[in-house]
Amino acid sequence: MLMEVLNLRKFIVPLAVIGLAVIFGLNLQDWNQPSTHFNDMLGVSNFSVAFSGLALFITLIILVMAGEYYTNDENHISDYVAILIFITAGAMMMMSFNNLVMMFLGIETLSIALYALAGSKRFDTRSNEAGFKYFLMGSFASAILLFGIALVYGSVHSFHLSLIASFISENSTLPPMFITGVILIGFAMLFKVSAAPFHFWAPDVYEGAPALITAFMSTLVKIAGFAALYRLVTIGFNNGTPQTDQMLYVVAILTLLTGNLSALAQDNFKRLMAYSGISHAGYMLLIVLSAKSNVSSTLFYYSAAYAVAGLAAFSVALPVFKSTGSELLSAFNGLGKKNPVMAAGLTMAMIGMAGIPPFAGFFGKFYLFTKAFESGLFYIVLLAVINSMIGVYYYFKVIMAMYGKQPDETQIENPLSYQLVMWVCTALSLLWGIVPSLLTDLLL
Amino acid sequence: MLSLELLFIPLFASLLILFAKGKAARALALVFTLIQLLVTGYAYTIYKANGGAAFEFTQAWVKSPVINIHFGVDGISLLMVMLTNLLLPLIVLSGFNREAKRPHIFYALMLFMQFALNGVFLSMDAFVYYIFWELALIPIYFIAFNWGDENRAKVTIKFFIYTLVGSLLMLFGFVFLYLSSPQHSLDWNTLTQFKTCSCNQTWLFWLLFAAFAIKIPIFPFHTWQPDTYKSAPTQGTMLLSGIMLKMGTYSLIKWLLPIVPDGFKEWQAVVITLSVIGIVYASIIAIMQTDLKRLFAYSSIAHVGLIAAGVFSFTQQGLQGSLAQMFAHGINVVGLFFCADIILSRTGTLQISNLGGIRNQNRLFSSLFLIVVLGSVALPLTNGFIGEFLLLYGVFEYNTWLSVFAGLTIILGAVYMLRMFQNVMSGPDSEHISSFPPLHWNEKLVLILIGGLIILTGVFPAPILELTQPAIDNLLK
Repeated sequence: MLMEVLNLRKFIVPLAVIGLAVIFGLNLQDWNQPSTHFNDMLGVSNFSVAFSGLALFITLIILVMAGEYYTNDENHISDYVAILIFITAGAMMMMSFNNLVMMFLGIETLSIALYALAGSKRFDTRSNEAGFKYFLMGSFASAILLFGIALVYGSVHSFHLSLIASFISENSTLPPMFITGVILIGFAMLFKVSAAPFHFWAPDVYEGAPALITAFMSTLVKIAGFAALYRLVTIGFNNGTPQTDQMLYVVAILTLLTGNLSALAQDNFKRLMAYSGISHAGYMLLIVLSAKSNVSSTLFYYSAAYAVAGLAAFSVALPVFKSTGSELLSAFNGLGKKNPVMAAGLTMAMIGMAGIPPFAGFFGKFYLFTKAFESGLFYIVLLAVINSMIGVYYYFKVIMAMYGKQPDETQIENPLSYQLVMWVCTALSLLWGIVPSLLTDLLL
Repeated sequence: MLSLELLFIPLFASLLILFAKGKAARALALVFTLIQLLVTGYAYTIYKANGGAAFEFTQAWVKSPVINIHFGVDGISLLMVMLTNLLLPLIVLSGFNREAKRPHIFYALMLFMQFALNGVFLSMDAFVYYIFWELALIPIYFIAFNWGDENRAKVTIKFFIYTLVGSLLMLFGFVFLYLSSPQHSLDWNTLTQFKTCSCNQTWLFWLLFAAFAIKIPIFPFHTWQPDTYKSAPTQGTMLLSGIMLKMGTYSLIKWLLPIVPDGFKEWQAVVITLSVIGIVYASIIAIMQTDLKRLFAYSSIAHVGLIAAGVFSFTQQGLQGSLAQMFAHGINVVGLFFCADIILSRTGTLQISNLGGIRNQNRLFSSLFLIVVLGSVALPLTNGFIGEFLLLYGVFEYNTWLSVFAGLTIILGAVYMLRMFQNVMSGPDSEHISSFPPLHWNEKLVLILIGGLIILTGVFPAPILELTQPAIDNLLK
């Protein structure tokens, strides 16, 4: 804001990028140095450092694109950047909380900022709708979360994760109040990660929100939700009580099927990404379900692979949307002829998302299947395998539009920052796909 | 270390060609495929056929789950590597008088395909093998999709999804094997020594077999094949039919048989029967075909059906024959599709009824085409003969009646191939064939080389049989 007063808007984005890079470095300094902060509300561990690093990286990429994305809206760029960084702060809280209150704070910091951003195209009714819908549904979910936390507190007399865990292990039969609380917390978390049947907001909000925010939601917000859920299940709930496991099992099946089957019928790129995000949530729920066999590295790898593929896809989609004025799949028609480099980038992103080698998405799926199999989730893995076949079809719809359809007249402008993001993300996806130990060995 | 060179020459070439322009792209492609052929030839000369793996390369890759990069060849895989690297220069050369749009991408994809195919045949770790198996799918998808005919969008996505369904089931099977193997490894040596209980092999067999059966394709998994062959550009069809389907038949011998031997024996009868049904079915459909490319596609289903039946007869002759026939079929089918392409480029049609009288116009083409046709109907002294003979012998040892039906392939094959030849080449002059321009130098060269190979390996099949003998003896132990 100070910058605004001094009329230095031009420098906001570079400064924020540099700031984030510095924080990224500071974050890495905590590696292998577990500590707790704020009266044991936050616990820094390798898990939280790795995920926070990923969160900062995603924000950095989004900011690089934001400079270009908001060129026509420079008056408000400081607001956008500030809110984006708020979201990151919330996400980082969700990745390192030790205490349910801190988790709630993180979720709220992230969500409230996101409601504002989803509706930030003031004169666009769809964006208003998205913001409003997200706000209504999200605050409802927050209320449920709070109710759940209260019930858990009522039985444990503490918000602290380790005390909840020892409460579970000390009591052979858990009081119904506690179980209800846990399930309610579960509902709210599943809403945040858009798992079926709590997913209905996602396609509308993804479609209505400005495309850059959609990119942010589909990567960082989802990953933060899963990091929080994983932390909750592993540290707080002793790797899952039978009740939560049953719930997650059913939800995972539903999510996989809903996400993939609905994605087949989409003709809007953002809705397609929303449903593909739902199906990825299904895969990631499998990781949470196999929490007993120490899968934090799998979750991290999968998240990172998913993030870079998603960012690469949006780095191509954003300039295409801008130049064609359309967000339908038909906007990509003939991109292979108009701009072969962008088309190649999007193709690689889609192949990565579909989980085909040599990209990181493939290894993510492979680790996931292996770990889930190891935990005895035989049938659901088979279902996930079948779902990844379905996934290929809709990812290839984009590829087919780019190469198979005739191009129209519009020229695609592709500014440097988008190109940069595309190259960086594709290179990372390829690098992590060829040398997966770069990431997987971090959290062993 | 030689296996690494075999892998990285095409990969390097593929990246290099991406930056070449126009005609330089195909010239570069030819140069690199020839270099690759020389390296393969060198590998053949120094390879000692003793049943074990040669040119091994091992390198730890991922710590958890344990994955090692492991390359190496035995006689069976070396034969396939030779086939791949022998056909690639021919396929590249066959495009020398054709104008492909964006040739640098086309040939880069083709060389990338060669890289992936070599990788499939060289891999000794199931996981690495799987990665190459999938990698091979991507370039051929784009070749068929970007350079195919007007039906390509529908056809290629069907092909892609169909084959991917198979591979994902295979991956599922490999994950299971990985977790149940005591050392937690997917190395070929581990997998073949450790045997999971036959209760699991029953269904594991189908998981792995599905991937191979779709790729080969074995009846009733073949429905993607004729359309894809028809609509892919000719060079793509050559890659698909000449080399890529051999990935499936090769994997039956190299991966399926030694890893799930009990499952293999349990389902042997079912698969042989399916294969024989496929042979007869595809032959009959081939007789009905009016389109040259579709006819060759169905004849290919019949031939690979016989190869699969030979593998599943699980006899020395059957296995030997299948390998000899894979090598022969690769050469013949590339020749057939090339001849179809020559005819199409000159007459503008592939409808058999519209063709006729080409022999009067062009004697040389007619004679060369005849050699290819005779090779594929397995006339003695051509390369098809020794393979089909051994295959039928193998099936005969397994079951007399099945071999009778399988033997129909030779009769029916002669019917549709010779009838086609008669209608297309001799017969009365059709109005479509007012003139048949002479062959280009590259067309002549490719056809003469293919004809030469057909006769050469038909007269001297011993080197092929000797190469694979020790590895097959190992399998049968």
